[in-house]
Amino acid sequence: MLIEAVNIVLLALLAATAIAAVRLHDLFAVAMMFGIYSLLAAVMFVLLDALDVAFTEAAVGVGISTVLMLATIGLVGRHELPSTHRSLLPLAVVVATGAALIYGTLDMPFFGDPGAPVHQHVAPYYISQSPHQTGLPNVVTSVLASYRGYDTLGELAVIFTAGVGVLALLGLRRRKRPGKHRTAQ
Amino acid sequence: MTLTVTLIALLVTMAFALIRAIKGPTVYDRILASNALGTKTVLMIAVLGFVVGDPELYIDIALMYVLIGFIGTVAVLKVSEFGNLGQPQSHTDAEDT
Repeated sequence: MLIEAVNIVLLALLAATAIAAVRLHDLFAVAMMFGIYSLLAAVMFVLLDALDVAFTEAAVGVGISTVLMLATIGLVGRHELPSTHRSLLPLAVVVATGAALIYGTLDMPFFGDPGAPVHQHVAPYYISQSPHQTGLPNVVTSVLASYRGYDTLGELAVIFTAGVGVLALLGLRRRKRPGKHRTAQ
Repeated sequence: MTLTVTLIALLVTMAFALIRAIKGPTVYDRILASNALGTKTVLMIAVLGFVVGDPELYIDIALMYVLIGFIGTVAVLKVSEFGNLGQPQSHTDAEDT
């Protein structure tokens, strides 16, 4: 009961943060809103007993992605251009898509239902066999690193490509050494 | 009972800090607010550890949050002080300095 109440309040705070990030025009403040959003989402993951996911969210969301966004703001300036087009049609499309997605979730099994297909298909096999087959104490790690090792390799390739793209956008030119100017003076 | 009161107090404090981060007229209000929110997050994870009954694991996670939040704060402060993170802006800027 207590955990459910905390969940509801945290979700309300998450929604408020997201709306503020959309409505603010100072990109510096928006980057900090994203950091706050990641912090709150990480607490949500902790509440869902997904400590490793929460840890990744904190490291990537609060640490690295804030730094990357701030570096981008340093390049492009910190004020959003005023929007010139009307946003009614995109809003209608987004609302329709969201309604369709919510309608789709009505057919899904309830949250935490032990009879759901996702808990009946291969999960019992992984849970019972992974200590003997892989020798890893953590089932999540054994699934990521052993049973779905090729998937993880592909994911790493995608993330590496994204990182190379961001670095190419930010510029990898060598910094000028200030020592030259000092000797000239 | 104590844990319940603590959790409620933490949630109320987080809401206040979030309001300041959204309204905050200057950048420094927002930096302070998001820093306070990070601290409250760490406290909340620690309290949740006691609620769940496995405090040692959760406190380790909370400590790592402090370290990660520090990186973000340093980056934010550096940008607010210098306007960038130290990358070369353009050739003219580099010549001036």
